[in-house]
Amino acid sequence: MFDLNGKNALITGASGGIGGAIAKALYDAGATVALSGTRVAPLEELAANLGERAHVLPCNLSDADAVNALPKQAAEAMGSVDILVNNAGITRDNIFMRMSDEEWASVLEVNLTSTMRLCKGVIRGMMKSRWGRIVNISSVVGATGNPGQANYAASKAGMVGMSKSIAYEVASRGITVNCVAPGFITTAMTDKLTDDQKAGILGQVPAGRMGDAEEIAAAVLYLASPEAGYTTGTTLHVNGGMAML
Amino acid sequence: MSDVADRVRKIVVEHLGVEEDKVTESASFIDDLGADSLDTVELVMAFEEEFGIEIPDDAAETIQTFGDAVKFIEGAK
Repeated sequence: MFDLNGKNALITGASGGIGGAIAKALYDAGATVALSGTRVAPLEELAANLGERAHVLPCNLSDADAVNALPKQAAEAMGSVDILVNNAGITRDNIFMRMSDEEWASVLEVNLTSTMRLCKGVIRGMMKSRWGRIVNISSVVGATGNPGQANYAASKAGMVGMSKSIAYEVASRGITVNCVAPGFITTAMTDKLTDDQKAGILGQVPAGRMGDAEEIAAAVLYLASPEAGYTTGTTLHVNGGMAML
Repeated sequence: MSDVADRVRKIVVEHLGVEEDKVTESASFIDDLGADSLDTVELVMAFEEEFGIEIPDDAAETIQTFGDAVKFIEGAK
């Protein structure tokens, strides 16, 4: 099951905890991977750890021209892009009444608009080959909301609606578009939380623990696999029961 | 019949699976040849590849019929 030999995958945000785990899961299943992110050093390190089927393609997702060029660079490095995982994301938290236009726009630009651009960039090749998998990493917050994160929640909910719409349009070409919505996952982003904040969060999680990046990667691996060909337009919630949607 | 028209017709026949004689000058891809909107995107992609040209989105939207396609490509070459 879940054999990705011969498939080429582009993963954004691969320098982060979840992105790195996704890259490893796809690589271990046989895929060639293009690792994208803003920080080059961790990407190089990950590529070295994975092996020769890993390529490093740094990209600043707030730069539209760089984003539009990325699918082509990935196709040149690997031969094609069969799997796209839009995992990169940023937060600029603030209570809504104080949230600036700039805080709003930057989060929407990186999380949602760059996802749109990358989807558009890879679908052309996927349509030709009549096979493609797009997995967009949303968030439980996109479904439930979260105080202080109006921008982030909007971007992640927007991703879900956009993915469903694209899924409709390209289903007849063998391309699936799905989301994975992580709950609280142990990463550098959640390490910044205070113990009190963590305790508060865990009180809302029936599983009683934070998730591991590998548990997100497993969901992505499924949706990227040939076996998931009949699953499209869905959101797989991986959140320890925090929100049962 | 021009060389361009022959090549465009071949792409249309192959992609949409229609009879060659249905592909007339005024045949609309969507109304007469059974294309859906995504088929028209794919046809434009195939034209770009066959003729080594770029067809911008706003121009692509004006290509509704076989005749439109031939005319655009002859003008672009």
